[in-house]
Amino acid sequence: MSKGKSKAHGGITSRWGGFFFVLPSIIAVAIFVYGMIAWTLNISLSNKNSSAVHNPKFVGIANFTGLIHDERFTHAFGNLIKFTVVFIAGTLISGFIMALLLEKGIKGEGVFRSVYLYPMAISFIAMGTVWNWLMNSTHGEGAAGINLILAKLHLSFLQSDWYVSPKSSMYAMALPAIWQMSGYVLALFLAGFRGIPDDLREAARVDGASEAKIYRYVLFPQLSPTFLTVLIILGHISMKVFDLIIGISGKTYITDVLAVYMWQVTFDFTNYAKGAAIAMVILLMVAIVVIPYLRYVNKSEEYN
Amino acid sequence: MSSDIVDRITAHVPSHGGSNKKLTGVAQFWLVFRYISLFIILAMIILPIYVLVINSFKGPTVYLPDALNLPKHWTLSTWPAAWAALGVPMMRTLFFVVQSSIISAIIGSINGYVLAKWRFRGSKMVFTLFLFGMFIPYQAIMIPLVQFNRAVGLTGSIYVLVLAHVVYGIPICTLIFRNYYAAIPDEIIEAGRVDGASMVRIYRSIMLPLSIPGFVVVLIWQFTSAWNDFLFAIFLTGGSPSLAVATTALNFITGGMQINYGVNMTASFMASIPTLLVYMFLGRYFLRGLLSGSLKG
Repeated sequence: MSKGKSKAHGGITSRWGGFFFVLPSIIAVAIFVYGMIAWTLNISLSNKNSSAVHNPKFVGIANFTGLIHDERFTHAFGNLIKFTVVFIAGTLISGFIMALLLEKGIKGEGVFRSVYLYPMAISFIAMGTVWNWLMNSTHGEGAAGINLILAKLHLSFLQSDWYVSPKSSMYAMALPAIWQMSGYVLALFLAGFRGIPDDLREAARVDGASEAKIYRYVLFPQLSPTFLTVLIILGHISMKVFDLIIGISGKTYITDVLAVYMWQVTFDFTNYAKGAAIAMVILLMVAIVVIPYLRYVNKSEEYN
Repeated sequence: MSSDIVDRITAHVPSHGGSNKKLTGVAQFWLVFRYISLFIILAMIILPIYVLVINSFKGPTVYLPDALNLPKHWTLSTWPAAWAALGVPMMRTLFFVVQSSIISAIIGSINGYVLAKWRFRGSKMVFTLFLFGMFIPYQAIMIPLVQFNRAVGLTGSIYVLVLAHVVYGIPICTLIFRNYYAAIPDEIIEAGRVDGASMVRIYRSIMLPLSIPGFVVVLIWQFTSAWNDFLFAIFLTGGSPSLAVATTALNFITGGMQINYGVNMTASFMASIPTLLVYMFLGRYFLRGLLSGSLKG
């Protein structure tokens, strides 16, 4: 009886006591995340397009319609889409191949795994110089970096202008991003593979299924939640790409993306209204990717 | 089968290579094929890091086509110049990163404890709203944040970065601790309650002593992300040299027009040493922080 009483009592204190301890964080997130997003939206709907404007007026969606006609914006947007497609496809494929090579267990697995994940620990501001060298655009005599390696492998025909040419710039920029994130995708897929009960494999084997068929019909379908997770994670990271571009090529037109353009518009041109509008576009793209995912995670947690 | 994502990855899977079983010809072929592929990938991953390290020991002049070769004469001659430019910013970074990581870990631990064990009405909604804050592009809050700092008189102080990393670290730190505490059996809490311990008492005497690994994960995560952060640093310090941190100072060095290859590379390597060391020695904890961002395994 005394147990029941203390439980009921605990229930009441928990309801209020718990809330009280989380309250400071709730207030902080309410102000600094949601309040400030609302404030950014407010700026994006105003005419505060220079620091000289002291009493900004509401101008509706003028800043957003202005973006559509802004060649630099559409260029940066197009660049971001190109980058995203190559980055997601490349990272997904290379991470998945790494997982396939490792999932059955192999001597030295720990070493491979640790090295594959190493790039995640270094900032792109630091790796920028390295990639700048590796993606040196010189062909033939005096080639350096990857072009030099290709020449030595007798694959000179593959030499590229990398990010110096408008045709290949964003595809080249995806390369360091793939380099950094593949290990992460490997880890997610490895966890996915190893979460599949061994019985499933065994049962298929007993039924006489070939290894290839086991992968195709038994294992791969089990990985679809992992696949979704990977897509969402890579998608939202891609929308925000910033350090990588700044680190390797700086604020150049040829590799411009939304986050870099937003920085320039806000910082160098002090056009806050336009900067805020670009920020809202990035936020919208991230929200489209992330909100359905949060709902999915929320729902699937209820079953646990 | 462990449900913990990191345990699952690092679980010991019996390898074919080490067993005494005689392998069939086909199995042998696949094993060799796997090793060759793994080593080729290993070489591709290491290449940029190799370039970073070796070119820091070649002196000031590096001829680009030689960038892939080992130094002919190993020298530290570029290190004093790199340190002269980066030393103070790196120390400043260390100063604020330590503070922001500790504060973040304490806040995350309290939130995680409540959201895992003392749910209140709407706590799930609160958690989901927190999580969204983890994914937002910080550009969407940056202009108001700069205005806020100016309004409260924080501009020009390194505490703009402490504030930013603590506040925007709340979602991930809460998530890591919530998942960590959720794995601790409810019976422990029940037992504490039966003995008449309050929520705070249970936290202090039962949960906190069990939380050391959780704290290590969060501290390492916050340390690495704040150390490597460039976006907040460049926006909130306005690029002011008196507030330069590791990444902004490095970007100033390498982004400048004068091309001093050797010093640039040394500075890049120098700025990465702290996070490289953290990863080398505490990689497992780093991995856990990294994977918590995926929400589900």
